[in-house]
This record gives sequence, structure tokens and C-alpha cells, in this order.
Amino acid sequence: MSPHQFDIQLVAIIVAASCAVPGAFLVLRRMSMMTDAISHSILLGIVLAFFLVKDLSSPILIIGAAASGVLAISLIEAVNRSRLVKKDASIGIVFPFLFSVAVILLSKYARNVHIDTHSVLLGEIAFAPFNRLILSGMDLGPKSAYVMGSILLLNLLFISLFYKELKVSTFDESFASSIGFRPRLIHYLLMAVVSFTCVGAFDAVGSILVIALIVIPPCCAYLLTDSLFRMILLSVIFGISAAVSGFWVANWLDVNIAGSMAFVCGVFFLVVFLLAPQRGLFGIMREKRRQRMDFAEASLLVSLYNQERGDAVKDHPDSRGMFRSADFASKVVEFLKQKGEIAVAGGKLFLTEKGRERVRTTVERR
Amino acid sequence: MLEFAVGLFSDYTARTILLGAASLGVVSGVVGSYAVLRKQSLVGDVMSHAALPGIVLAFIVMGVKEQLPIFIGAALSAVLAVFLINLVTSNSRIKTDSAMGMALSVFFGLGLVLLTYAQKIPDANQAGLDKFLFGQAEALVEKDVLVIGVTGLFALLVVGLFWKEFKLLCFDPDFGGTMGFSMKSLDLLVTAVIVSAIVIGLQTVGVVLMSSMLIAPAVAARQWTGSMGSMVILAASIAAVSGVTGVALSAGFENVPTGPAVIVCVSVIAFFSVLFSPNGFFTLRFKEARSRREIKKDYVLKALHDLALEHDDPGYAHSERLLALGSEKGFNVRKSLSQLQAAGYVERVGEEDWRLTPGGIHEIRKLSPLEKSR
Repeated sequence: MSPHQFDIQLVAIIVAASCAVPGAFLVLRRMSMMTDAISHSILLGIVLAFFLVKDLSSPILIIGAAASGVLAISLIEAVNRSRLVKKDASIGIVFPFLFSVAVILLSKYARNVHIDTHSVLLGEIAFAPFNRLILSGMDLGPKSAYVMGSILLLNLLFISLFYKELKVSTFDESFASSIGFRPRLIHYLLMAVVSFTCVGAFDAVGSILVIALIVIPPCCAYLLTDSLFRMILLSVIFGISAAVSGFWVANWLDVNIAGSMAFVCGVFFLVVFLLAPQRGLFGIMREKRRQRMDFAEASLLVSLYNQERGDAVKDHPDSRGMFRSADFASKVVEFLKQKGEIAVAGGKLFLTEKGRERVRTTVERR
Repeated sequence: MLEFAVGLFSDYTARTILLGAASLGVVSGVVGSYAVLRKQSLVGDVMSHAALPGIVLAFIVMGVKEQLPIFIGAALSAVLAVFLINLVTSNSRIKTDSAMGMALSVFFGLGLVLLTYAQKIPDANQAGLDKFLFGQAEALVEKDVLVIGVTGLFALLVVGLFWKEFKLLCFDPDFGGTMGFSMKSLDLLVTAVIVSAIVIGLQTVGVVLMSSMLIAPAVAARQWTGSMGSMVILAASIAAVSGVTGVALSAGFENVPTGPAVIVCVSVIAFFSVLFSPNGFFTLRFKEARSRREIKKDYVLKALHDLALEHDDPGYAHSERLLALGSEKGFNVRKSLSQLQAAGYVERVGEEDWRLTPGGIHEIRKLSPLEKSR
């Protein structure tokens, strides 16, 4: 691993971790698409602040950008509150507008500067190692690692200071306000934190792929745990692993790093979605099949039991007709025979003592 | 500017491009109305971003920048994204917004990966590929416009044929289901129509901003009308005008990408409509302020009348301070009194006292007929 590769991964890890922390709350609050709006809108703040100070490394850029993110959110909420436009459409008309204005300004007046429309979309984490922090002649490593590191610290500080406020207002907003937590304030603070994160991550991964790092790792974690704390922790782990493996995939295929990170995030989610122990697709299907079989077995047994006692419909002498297909019926019969709960004699089904016992416990339990 | 505009319309190439932009506008205006009414605006956003890997893959596989394969690739990957969103939301506790965010960013990420991969293929043709990001209408040639026109006509034809079914789907899908329409197939059909509109816009507006071309015209049109038919027509006209204006602006000024130019035009119209239409933000505020003023005036009139009745003389004068005492906090009684005075309902007696005029007594009895019986 060359020093460059190390630096890129270092920045990627910090970016991924700082995205995953607020991301967990966005996913739980059903505000994932707000990230889309914020990450697009901050470009206008960056461009305007750049015209103002003419310096790409100025901290004013970060503040301007974060302010435009919060502004976009307030604008969306104002449009939505007027009740003239639905929520989704308010998001959909506000941020493309701000983004378009920014792109036009960028391509018209800032053609030869460091930010261009391409880096907006593609990110430029590959250049991160070249912009170094040098203090009195000492090389302290890539500058963006420090910028992003401060944002990560800010995020962690915010989460730990307002953990219970965030938790309560995320899961029960009216309860939060009834005990005096001011959920609106928490909401806007969270939006500010997300804006700062997007601004920082924007440099590295561009405006669209930051959504991947904010939304996907928490979604993976959400399918694996019910505890908020563990969800945040898992999100960070997923984010970091996706960032690092995304980097190596990009390195291997010689393609865009940010795009590859987003794609690896998607692959991670696909794996979790299919294989998660309780909430994975396969797990759910297995459970459904088990329940269906269980119910079919119980139905057959109960029906046989009723016939034994003489209060069954006479038309279905062996109860196989109650199932949707002959195949399924013989499968059920086969399973029950294996368990020794029924026996077959002369083409007819009979309950064994074990089967009778199961019926009694099943019926009693219900 | 005028000369430039005249030049634009007389030039053959320019006419082709503008025709393309206008037809794109008409189709996205019509189709976008359904996306907005069904509260699926952001699905359009996801689909347009998700088209990118399909576009690039079509290019990599076919080796040339041909319209038709690119259209098909784009449509397929957009539909795949929607399918995956439905799969995830219906089989896990992941909510729609998160699923959409995931689909959008993963597909777009894959698109960028493929794009950077394709750019290494030694072929002069690939240079135009990243024009699909922000769109470049100048690259439209006659054949492109023909494909746009045919696809657009297909979309409009479907909308025309299924007009009342789509209406049902937008406003009362449950009722539609009970009438025997298959809402599921109609839903698929609307998705197909939206996808075709997105595909049409790829070259002109680009994948990043195409969603706005669907949403903004419909939002704007919705502010001016409550009828489905006029909304669709209005949205189509707004989008067509914005498309043409945006393309002209982008061609007239150097270094202005087409997509953003079109979106700025259409967004300005949308925001203007939200603010100033007959039911718009400012109009509503204005109406509210007026009715609040009326209510305050009526309140003061009635208070004056009630107080006067205590003295068995409807014309008995009372001080302004007494009126203010019974009113809500921060309520400017003086202002209402001078408005009433201007209308001739009250008159001033001395420094601070006010009394009802006969006209005012008539007015208050008209306002509350029960007063008569007292």
C-alpha cells in the first residue's frame, strides 16, 4: 500500500464514519430523501461563498454551504406548510432549482478553478493526498482528513450531548414535546449537522454519492438490530468497510472511487437484505414456509381428529381435499408420517396416539 | 437578443433542437402531472438518476452512441430501480424514502463507475457520453428529435387512451379497484409512461435534473386549476415554453449547460405560481388579512352595540379604552374604529368616546338578526 493509497483510505474512513452517525437518525426519521436535497443545495452555498472570498480553502465556504443546506430545508418546509404543494413535490422543486443555479454559476464564472461540474458529481477523493496540511514546515498529512475529522468530532459531540433528546423525538415526537424537549429545535440542529457532514463529504465523494454513505449503512444496520446505540455502531462499521472495500474495487478496476464506494454500499445492503437472521428475505421466506407447513399439519390433524369423533363432514374421508393442490397435500401427509403423527392404511389416513396428543395440545393452547 | 432569437428560429439546426426541446416539454408536462398527483415526484428523481448505468452499459455493449439502445438501456435500468425499491419496501421494514435514497445513489454510483470505465475504451464516440449528466441540446440531430417525437407520441397516446383510468388511479384507486379496473396494471402503465418521458429528456436535460422537468411544470399548473384536463394542458405548455427558453438561453450564452438552464426557467414559473396564483401563498395571506380585519370590525361594532344596550340607548357613546378592555391582547381597536368611521357606522363623540350611527345600528342588526328581538 503506497502512502497515497493510505491517505485516501484514511479520508474515506473518516468520511464514511461521519456520514453514518447522523444517517442513522435520518433513516429512522424517514428523512432519507432530505439528504438528497441538502447535498444538492450546499453547492449553491459553496459557489456563492467562493465568489465572496475567492479562496477555496476558506472556512467561510463550509459555513456558507451548511447555511444553504439548512436554508433549503426551511424552504422545502415552508413550501410544504403552505399546503399548496405536497411534501415530495416540495423537495422535488426546491433542490433542483438551487442546484441548477449553482451549476450555471459554476460553469459560467468559475471555469478554471478547482471546483467544476465534474467534481461535483464524481468527487475527488483521489486528489485528497495532494492537498496537505503543513505547519511550520512539518507535513501533518492530508488536509481533508483534518477537516473531515473535525466534522466527525462535531457529529459525535452532537449525538452524545443530545442522545436522549434525539432518541425520544425520533420515536415519539409528541411525547418529546410534552416533556419539554423542543423537537423542532432538535430537528433543525440535526439538519445543520447533516449539512456540515454533506459539505465535508462533498469534496470527497460528490453531491449524489454522499447519499449512499448517509443512507445505506444505517439501512443495513436497521435490519440487524433493534437498539439505537447498536444501530449507530453497526452503521459506522458498515460505512467504513464499504468505503475501504469500495476503494480497493476502484483501484482494481481503475474506475471512479466514489461511485465504487456507493456501489459496494449497495452490495452490502443486498447481502444484509437477503441474509439478515430475522429480517432478511430468506429468513422471512423460511419462517413463512415453516408457518404455512405448521398450519397445514395442524389443520389436517384436527380434521382427522374431528372425523374420529364423528363430527366431521362425510365428503372428505381423508381430508386431503382441504389443500390447494394434491402435491401440497401429499407433502403434508409425508411430513406427518415421518413424524409418526398419522398412519396410512388402505388409502385412508388415521391419527396415531402421538398425533392425537398434538391435536389436544394445539387445541388446548388456542 | 432579438436578432439572435430570429436567427435561432430561421436556422434549420436550431429549429430541430427547439422542436426537440418543445416536444420534450409537452411530454414531461403531461406525464409529470401524474407523478405529482400520485405523490410520486421523488420516484421520478430516482428513476432519472437510475437511468445512468443503463445508458453507459448500452454504450459499452453496443460500442456506439446510438439513440435506441441507449433509450432501452436507460428505461430498463430505471424500471429495475423501481422494482428493487418495491421489493425492499414490501419485504423488510425499510421505508420508501430510504429505499429510494439507496436505489438512487447505488445506481448512480454504478453509472459513474461504468462511465469512468467506458472513458478508457479507445473510441472517439464516448466523448459525448457525459453529456447525459447535465444534458446538451446542441448535440440533438434530426434523427434524435424523430426518436423523441415517436417515444413522446407513444406516451401521449397511452395517456389519451387511459385518460379516465389514470384519473381514477390518481384520485381514488380503491374505488377504481371496485369498478373492476386492475389498478396494478395501470400503476405499471403509468410507470412506463414516466420512464419514457425520462428517457426522452436524457439528452436535453440530463439525468441529474430530469426529475425537476417532470415535477415543476405539474406543480406550477396545479396552482392555477383544479381540473385534470386543464392541469395537463397547462403543465405541457409551461414545460414546452421553459424547454424552448432554456435551450435558447443555453445556446445564446457561452458555457451555460442546457439542463440547468431549462430547470431554472421551469422552477421560476413554479415558484411564481406557488406565490402568486389565485390560491397562491401571497393571495391567501392577503385574503386572510382581509377577513381578519372584517372580523375585528364586526367585533368592535357588536361590542359597541352590546354596551349601548346596557343603557337602553343604541346610540349611547363609550370610551375607546372600555372597548379595548374587552378585546383580545394586541388588538388595535383604534384601527378598526377608524375603518368603521370611514364606512359611516360609528362617530366620534368628544376626545375618546364613540357611538353607533343609525347606519351602524342598521348594520349590526343586519349582521345578527337576533339583536332585533332584544
